[in-house]
Amino acid sequence: MKHGKWPLIVTFLVPPVLLYVFFVVSPYLQAFQISTTDWLGYSADANPVGLANFKTLWHDDYVWNALKNNAILLGLVPVLTIVLGLFFATMLAMGGRKGSAGVTGVRGGALYRTVYFFPQVLSVVIIALLWKEVYHPNQGLLTSALHGLGLPAPTWLGDPATAFWCVLAVMVWSNVGFYVVLFGAAMSAVPKEIYEAVLLDGASRFTTLRRVTLPLLWDTVQVAWVYLAIFALDGFILVQLMTNGGPNFSTDVIGVRMYDTAFGSETKFGYASAIGVVMFFLTLSVAVLSLRVGRRERIEYT
Amino acid sequence: MNRRDILRRSAAAGLLATPAAGLLSGCATSGGGDKNDAETYQGTKSAQNPLGVKEDAPLEVVIFGGGFGEEYAKAHEAMYTEKYPKAKIKHSSTQEISKTLQPRFVDGTPPDVVNNSGSSQIDFNGLVSQNALAGLDELLAAPSLDIPGKTVKDTLLPGAVEVGSYDGKFLVLNYTYTAYGIWHSAKLFADRGWSYAKTWDEHIALCKQIKAAGIAPWTYAGLHPRYMSWPLISTAIKFGGPSVATAIDNLEPNAWKSDSMRAAADAWHQIVKDKYILDGSPGLDHKQSQTAWCQGKAAFISCGSWLESEQKDVTPAGFNMTIAPTPSLGGGDKLPFEAIRGTAGEPFMVPAKARNVAGGLEYFRTMLSKKGAQDFTKKVASLTVVAGATEGVELPYGLSTVVKALDASGANGFNWVYNSFYRKLERNLVDAACGEFFSGRIGPTEFLEQCQKGADSIAQDSSIKKYKRAA
Repeated sequence: MKHGKWPLIVTFLVPPVLLYVFFVVSPYLQAFQISTTDWLGYSADANPVGLANFKTLWHDDYVWNALKNNAILLGLVPVLTIVLGLFFATMLAMGGRKGSAGVTGVRGGALYRTVYFFPQVLSVVIIALLWKEVYHPNQGLLTSALHGLGLPAPTWLGDPATAFWCVLAVMVWSNVGFYVVLFGAAMSAVPKEIYEAVLLDGASRFTTLRRVTLPLLWDTVQVAWVYLAIFALDGFILVQLMTNGGPNFSTDVIGVRMYDTAFGSETKFGYASAIGVVMFFLTLSVAVLSLRVGRRERIEYT
Repeated sequence: MNRRDILRRSAAAGLLATPAAGLLSGCATSGGGDKNDAETYQGTKSAQNPLGVKEDAPLEVVIFGGGFGEEYAKAHEAMYTEKYPKAKIKHSSTQEISKTLQPRFVDGTPPDVVNNSGSSQIDFNGLVSQNALAGLDELLAAPSLDIPGKTVKDTLLPGAVEVGSYDGKFLVLNYTYTAYGIWHSAKLFADRGWSYAKTWDEHIALCKQIKAAGIAPWTYAGLHPRYMSWPLISTAIKFGGPSVATAIDNLEPNAWKSDSMRAAADAWHQIVKDKYILDGSPGLDHKQSQTAWCQGKAAFISCGSWLESEQKDVTPAGFNMTIAPTPSLGGGDKLPFEAIRGTAGEPFMVPAKARNVAGGLEYFRTMLSKKGAQDFTKKVASLTVVAGATEGVELPYGLSTVVKALDASGANGFNWVYNSFYRKLERNLVDAACGEFFSGRIGPTEFLEQCQKGADSIAQDSSIKKYKRAA
């Protein structure tokens, strides 16, 4: 079969690489070029302005405000999602202990698994609209529930003090299901004997998770971390649809800033590209950093 | 319908690709360039054909698929092909004007007619400063299609040309005529024996009465709080005269902190302080707040005359929505109580690089014919900028109150245009300030300061082209 290797590789790899270069790499390079111009997007005239856009950006309070929000998302969304994902996956895989089988999932695990996965099936746009209604300050599910208990309810998305956290909660909610399945799959690859041994040693469920499951799942957690970090740096769709960055820019994120600069309230494509370039480097650094920091020995089951 | 962000759900397709606007621009600047070699269509001018339309030239029309739908445009297109049977019209409708058309502008192959509206409208400041729009003066000078002895310009309502002009050049045809005011249900008021207050003190007293009756006096689109900037600025203009608006439009220093604006902001702060606003309003979007109002949960709402068609599905029968001007501040107002903000809206444009510019102008002439305008009013229950085009058309209740209010306002009517000169100033900056002000988080002083700070940031931004309008 050796003589057939190269034609095969070429046939299968070259077209995707070409597509990738054409549709991904080349626009990236162009964005770099555009970011050094004052292009306004609706004519072919673009004058080179050097790094002026980046200089403006450095002094742009709205961009810094958006970055600050992204930083908070970056700090919280991955942690919350992974912790919740791991918790649910553990409960589904080994939460039940009373049966004769030793280690099993909680009762009704299949149902939970399906329910957790629901948000993943919905398009992000649907999720945003759905939650906008949940957060309806007068008729929404949350307000009604709180009023039912005789408690006062905030205006959720209408108040800068709460809007950001409301959006953050939706981000976590919409992501957890996927990671439950991802972690669940990874856990099923862990030999059952290990858990039985742990059980015999009398470890609690929490200790099992921390000392055994987590180290064994480290690779998967790391991948999840990178994905979620990139998601947190973006967050565009949910924010744009739920609050469009408001009220008073309290939920603004860098993606919304970029979009608004080019397609929204202005047509500054040069400046928007500069924001895009900054976003590119931020995302890249975060991805590289989290891979570096999280590097550990890989465990293989033989 | 550029003031309505009704397009949330439509964003779907486009959004998936947008996290990288820089990337989206695709072949961007380098691939662009003027396609001067491309054929443009020009016929011979004659009395019958004053704009020089080439009769077999194709015409491409892009309509904003918002609250007005696209049927009215199809009717206009049919009128056009009736006159030019050999012309093929390519019609399309989208809610994503900017994303759909941006590459075509760069490429030098834009459509011939664009209805640049909606929340994804292309910022006019950017278009005008890049000379992307064809001048419409020829259209104004052309004879009206079916009103004998008048040029197109003669048939338009006052102010229709000014609002689409940038530095004196008429570039944008705003087709509808929109009044902005305070709305209430005539039925609710009749049932309760209330009458609309003409002065601010009476308004506050009425609010007290309404609140005592268990109804919230006010609600507003908390997620698009700029809706409340309209009555506030109107109050200031009626108090201090139209120069208040000119100063704001021309970005004059401290225009937002003028005495009139201060008086208006102080007055409006009263409804916040006295809690005359429906609980939870800051978290409602325009549809949700308008619906709460239609359900009788609140008595007043600020909106433009598109409100009736936008709320058609949820308005109870006999609700009788009625527009009214903002109350006068006191005896010293420069404009009478009847003065109301009326302006042309719903922008249409012909791109400068369109291949069939003459056809685009002729299409506008068709829209501005009496037949075209009447058909529009019948189909979408909105007024057009064509004077007298409502004759013989039966108007729905709300629209008839708009006509009455505009008649009463007459020459005292006023308007401002900073929102089309500098889209960002209204959509982002004043909007955010209104949100803080009407939810009670800041007072009048901070509110005006925040607005002024926004205006100053536009004034200082050398990358934004500035326009001036005469008083």
